[in-house]
Amino acid sequence: MANYMELLAFGDSGWGDELAHGVLVTVTLALATLPLGLLIGFLIAVAKNSSEPLLRKAANVYTTIFRGLPELLTLFLIYYGGQMAMSALWRLLFGRAFEVNSYLAGMIALALMFSSYASEVFLSAFKGITVGQYEGAYALGLSRFRTMLLIIVPQLVRLALPGLSNLWLILLKDTSLVSVIGLTDLLRNTNIAVGVTKQAFFFFFVACSLYLVMSIISSVGLRRISAWAERGQGRR
Amino acid sequence: MTYVDAPSTERPPVAKRRTWTSARITGLVLMMLWAALALSIVYMLVAGYDPEKVAKYGPRILSGIWVTVKLVAMSIVLGALISIPVVIGRLSHNPIIGGIAFGYSYFFRGTPLLAQTFLVYYGAGQFTDVLKAAGLWVFFRDAYFCAIFTFSLNTAAYQAEILAGAIRAVPSGQWQAADSLGLRPFTTMFKVILPQALITALRPYGNEVILMIKGSAIASIITVLDLMGQTRYAFSKTYDLQIYIWAAVIYLITVEVLRRLWEMMERRLTRHLRR
Repeated sequence: MANYMELLAFGDSGWGDELAHGVLVTVTLALATLPLGLLIGFLIAVAKNSSEPLLRKAANVYTTIFRGLPELLTLFLIYYGGQMAMSALWRLLFGRAFEVNSYLAGMIALALMFSSYASEVFLSAFKGITVGQYEGAYALGLSRFRTMLLIIVPQLVRLALPGLSNLWLILLKDTSLVSVIGLTDLLRNTNIAVGVTKQAFFFFFVACSLYLVMSIISSVGLRRISAWAERGQGRR
Repeated sequence: MTYVDAPSTERPPVAKRRTWTSARITGLVLMMLWAALALSIVYMLVAGYDPEKVAKYGPRILSGIWVTVKLVAMSIVLGALISIPVVIGRLSHNPIIGGIAFGYSYFFRGTPLLAQTFLVYYGAGQFTDVLKAAGLWVFFRDAYFCAIFTFSLNTAAYQAEILAGAIRAVPSGQWQAADSLGLRPFTTMFKVILPQALITALRPYGNEVILMIKGSAIASIITVLDLMGQTRYAFSKTYDLQIYIWAAVIYLITVEVLRRLWEMMERRLTRHLRR
């Protein structure tokens, strides 16, 4: 037992600081992806909710593609495909190679997946807002943009929150995939620790527990946000 | 002679519909972008068609597809079997049994599949002696079996939540009615509750199958040569991005076809519920 505690010690002898740093990378990656994914997802949902069939179709193609591809494959396509495309472009422009940042590639791939699912959540939230809300806003003379911003979005947040909470938990877990393209997240650092110490079961168990702790903390936070979003709904 | 104006039969002018709204222009531009992307991918696949590579890696990819199919099918079926005791635990009123089932499902749903796979595959290596003594080493030595083992446990947790949720969603009046008819609990479960619960569970089950197909790509990381594994192998030999595109097309078609089939099945099975 003391032996295991030593393995997790901070500093040169133990792996505690490496794992802590990995947790930090995992959390920041998820947090950095979130606004991007939410924004794209929202825009796609607006397109899907439009009365214009062409726009709906274009948005549906997006969802079909990024919901159907395995997460790992999307990541590799972005990473290697981005590498090749950017290298070709860079060689053309500056005459030298280009190194794709694995953090950025991971962020883009995760945002694509997150947004395709988020668009469905937003779309069903849109369906929960009655036409009267739009008509009321237009009758007051609000522009379409202001109607969206002041009337629809505040209600949308409450309706979409349960679905988005789920997606956040999925996103947090999906960040583990970026360890495959070399980003030193929690799982990658665990792998390194296992390579050195050969304590595979122990370290992967610790990594799983850390992911669980992140999920639990997120759930608590999300419950608070949901309570805040439901504050206007009266006592349940 | 008085004379009254006949009521005007002329309609008020209809507001002219704008034909080129910004939404339509955006939609058109986006569709053209998609079309350009699709064309360039088709062009890339046609222009880059290399009979030598196809002869060399084509059979590998096909065998990879077969491995993926086996992996997913076995995991889903085994997961369904494992999920039964978990569902019983989740619905049990006994706090200890309920707690164990909840802990199981929370662990497998709260941690990444990749980390679970590593835990089983590399973790087993640490207990070689114990596993050899128990005669299980043959099983855990093989990455393929480790993948099936992990995926089954993982999907069992999700399937258990789906089924438990669906059973809970059946109104309690159904239980009471069955009770008052004098049906035994076993009969109530299989003849009254489950048929209704499974209808509710149909759509989430379909989603779970699709998630499993996508998640099975993770097996490639622990050296299983499934579709993704063979694709990665071929890419590492050729550095030809086309191979990833082919894999993407295969996965997309599989998932989309399955989704449509599932939708058709659901429509057929719920036709008595529609008005």
